[in-house]
Amino acid sequence: MNRDVYAKIGISALYAAVVCSVGFLILFITSIFLKGAGVLSFEFIFSGPRSAMTEGGIWPALVGTFWLSLLAVMVSVPIGILCAVWLFAYAKSSRLVSIIKICVNTLAGVPSIIYGLFGMAIFVNMLGLDVSLISGALTLAVLSLPIVINASYEALSSVSQDYMEASYALGASKRQSILRVLIPTALPGILTSVILVTGRVAGETAPIMFTAATFFNRQLPKSLSDEVMALPYHIFALMTEGTHAAKQGPIAYGSALILLLLVLSISSVSLIIRYRLRKKRQW
Amino acid sequence: MVKIKTSSLNLHFGKNHVLKDINLEIEEKKVTAIIGPSGCGKSTLLRTFNRMNDFKDDLKISGSIMVGDQDIYLDKPDLSRLRAKVGMVFQKPNPFPKSIYRNVSFGLDIQGRYSRSQIQGIVEESLKAAWLWDEVKDRLHSPAMALSGGQQQRLCIARALANSPEVLLLDEPTSALDPQSTARIEELCLALKDQVSILIVTHNIAQAGRISDYTAFMYLGELVEFGKTAQIFTVPKDKRTEAYLTGVFG
Repeated sequence: MNRDVYAKIGISALYAAVVCSVGFLILFITSIFLKGAGVLSFEFIFSGPRSAMTEGGIWPALVGTFWLSLLAVMVSVPIGILCAVWLFAYAKSSRLVSIIKICVNTLAGVPSIIYGLFGMAIFVNMLGLDVSLISGALTLAVLSLPIVINASYEALSSVSQDYMEASYALGASKRQSILRVLIPTALPGILTSVILVTGRVAGETAPIMFTAATFFNRQLPKSLSDEVMALPYHIFALMTEGTHAAKQGPIAYGSALILLLLVLSISSVSLIIRYRLRKKRQW
Repeated sequence: MVKIKTSSLNLHFGKNHVLKDINLEIEEKKVTAIIGPSGCGKSTLLRTFNRMNDFKDDLKISGSIMVGDQDIYLDKPDLSRLRAKVGMVFQKPNPFPKSIYRNVSFGLDIQGRYSRSQIQGIVEESLKAAWLWDEVKDRLHSPAMALSGGQQQRLCIARALANSPEVLLLDEPTSALDPQSTARIEELCLALKDQVSILIVTHNIAQAGRISDYTAFMYLGELVEFGKTAQIFTVPKDKRTEAYLTGVFG
């Protein structure tokens, strides 16, 4: 066989791989859309479930997911960024840094259900926070911490050393250089990761199953110690514990569609921010 | 007047003996060029004057370096003040990804002892002194990264000038620039020597000849020859200087 034929086979294989990846995504989105779009309405989004979850909407779950994600990110982002700054700029021994990075990467690879059990053992039982918004948010925060650390570290290390040198040469101290040059320059990267993490956190089910989520709650959460409904858990509950599959199925798909749209829009916001900040910094 | 004086300056990075017994006197408000082949230690020498070598862990230094009447290693000066007093411009233009204005005000902002209007005035003066004012006065708050390479390098000079330095260290400031921008920076150096003492490291022998009053030739960590540029370029005393200037090696 001559080289042209080999090349054609190779390139077709590449095409096939691309079509597969994109195809699955499209298939996935359209099927959820087709199954879920029917129940979508203003009322579906802004009212609570009724009649044993066979009617009504998802408002409490949406609000619950909002608070869970927001609180989780509010905890994990500052800690994660500070940790990354320390690792990048202050940790003296490179051995210590690599050990810590191995720990962080290990944490990042832990299955989310383990975080759920961990959260139940630590926050719910040991610290006595019970199954509550705060327990769930803290569990999600622990889950997202390694992602924030890794992404922030990445962003910090992509800042050109030239900037730091320029800053020192102008008389800035290390602290000033970090606060005024390093972090602002890394900010687009850090911000992108923060937003992506929010999306990830919003979609997690396992970590909140034993720590925060409740199957049904007539009221919106009023305090940190309330149990909350959450979108991913709502879907899980409808599909596993529902007794009226015919009515609850479409509601589950509708919820899934909303969750999908939520996560997609969070991702696209992060893309837009990254694009804008990059454009602003071009040579 | 001597501005910088080194006596038996020796510098090691670990086992590597980078600067060997350097004795040098830099005249105030003159342009002094440091030339020599790659790896001869000229950039390292320049970076000892504002202690930018301090970041390397295995640095060992002996001898003395006086800037004005201060030994900048033994007297343990405040590094922020030293680096404001001895400004530096790098090979690759490296403005911060901030606005033009913020780049120039950076050194003043971090000192925290200037009022807004003072800073405004100094920014304008510095940009004028670096011949950039007319080109940027209408867009002071647009990103510095949008400037051309030559403008960026002049911005870096303006940024250093804002600290009202006594010495300006230029580390191959034109090697990343086109000939026109290079010429402009060279003229600027000549104009600035009324205010500051300028040390310029350059690979470009002709450039040293054009703008410097004094030239130091370094080879393998040694200061081979130092004197008036006119003398070094016409009657070098050392064979190695002559060979380097005539392009026998480079």
